[in-house]
Amino acid sequence: MNIFGWLTDPINWSGSGGIPAQIGYHLLYCFLALAIALAIGVPLGILIGYTGKGETVVAGMANALRALPTLGLLVMLFLIISPVVAGKLVYVVPTIIVLVLLAVPPILSGTYAGIQNADPDAVGAAQGMGFTKRQTLLRVQLPCALPLMISGVRSSTLQIVSTATVAAYLGLQGLGRFIIDGRAQANFAEMIGGSIVVAILALILELSFGALGRIIVSPGLRRVSGKSSSPLATAGAT
Amino acid sequence: MNWISSNIDRIVALTASHIWLTLAPTVLGLLLALPLGWWAHRSGRGYAAIVGAAGLLYTIPSLALFIILPVILGTKILDPVNIIVALTLYTLALLVRVVADGLSSVPHDTVAAAEAMGYRNWQRLLLVELPVAVPVIAAGLRVAVVSNVSIVTMAALLGIPQLGSLFTQGFQLRLYVPLVTGVVLCVVLAVVFDGLIIWLNKLLTPWRQRTVTS
Repeated sequence: MNIFGWLTDPINWSGSGGIPAQIGYHLLYCFLALAIALAIGVPLGILIGYTGKGETVVAGMANALRALPTLGLLVMLFLIISPVVAGKLVYVVPTIIVLVLLAVPPILSGTYAGIQNADPDAVGAAQGMGFTKRQTLLRVQLPCALPLMISGVRSSTLQIVSTATVAAYLGLQGLGRFIIDGRAQANFAEMIGGSIVVAILALILELSFGALGRIIVSPGLRRVSGKSSSPLATAGAT
Repeated sequence: MNWISSNIDRIVALTASHIWLTLAPTVLGLLLALPLGWWAHRSGRGYAAIVGAAGLLYTIPSLALFIILPVILGTKILDPVNIIVALTLYTLALLVRVVADGLSSVPHDTVAAAEAMGYRNWQRLLLVELPVAVPVIAAGLRVAVVSNVSIVTMAALLGIPQLGSLFTQGFQLRLYVPLVTGVVLCVVLAVVFDGLIIWLNKLLTPWRQRTVTS
């Protein structure tokens, strides 16, 4: 079992099934799912945070979704949707739907919690300065919500990266291929090598979110952002 | 439904194995998180280091961790021990911060009162601080156990038998019955373990008249 040999073999670094190609597929699926999840989660989160309605429903759904096993959900949706879609998309469409489904709750709860926890003094000051509701939302509440929103997007991303790996079982391209194909051929070096690449990819994404937070969050908010984000609010099974 | 009755023995065995693979790491993770969380609570530098390391560990996808661990542990790649170690690490990563935050949430007056009553450090920790922190720790434990029920199913992709094996079987045979059976049993397990922790929490904190459970 030569893991280093597998990781450094030039054959594994070229071609349509090589490591770079599979990283590309993996990132493509992840970004696609994340983009859709953001398009759904952020506006809905703003609406809930702003109106205060639907909070309990969303929290309940997020908890229920955590109890549902990801792999079971993935296989079930695949069996339901795959007869409907044809051709190459048969693997991609059901997987993307599951990825989006898992990614929306953390983004949603991060957004509405962020807006609700925006410093009331800052909101009051904005209103006192004559900001309209729209201006208050865009210039005060949303920037204040950023730390929690980023932490939600981060959990979503890690969930997506992890689940996209598992989806290789259904036939999806991406880094999970090395694990599933390696298992099928009892090629442990390939399984371990692929796992190491996935783990590194996840760690790089995690660290870039930390850096992103430092760049786009207002300096005035940074002191509080560390303590205020509850590890439980957005934690999920990966 | 015929499928269920003719496979009942296997379903029971898979459920038993699932319960073991979920509960063993949850309990182990909690037992490790208590001293580590206490240490993180006591030393500021320890808190930053432990919370940082725990966060990074939590980012590693479970399927990848199941496969990388045997390289570090020297176990066989398809050994169920890897699943238990991996989930223990996830539970520990989640709970160590919860325990530290829980201990920090104990009101200063309570600690001062215990000190004034002549409690030694370890007595104060075991008899006062830890019991007062129980609700916070229980909330973290609920998240951990429910997540673990779900993560265990991933081990089916490596061929380690538990309820996730019903998912792979459902996929291979294109059959809904094993699949739905597996999903329902997983959700039932999650709900039962969750309820168990809520009950234990109430039992351990009789002084709290009305326990906020969610």
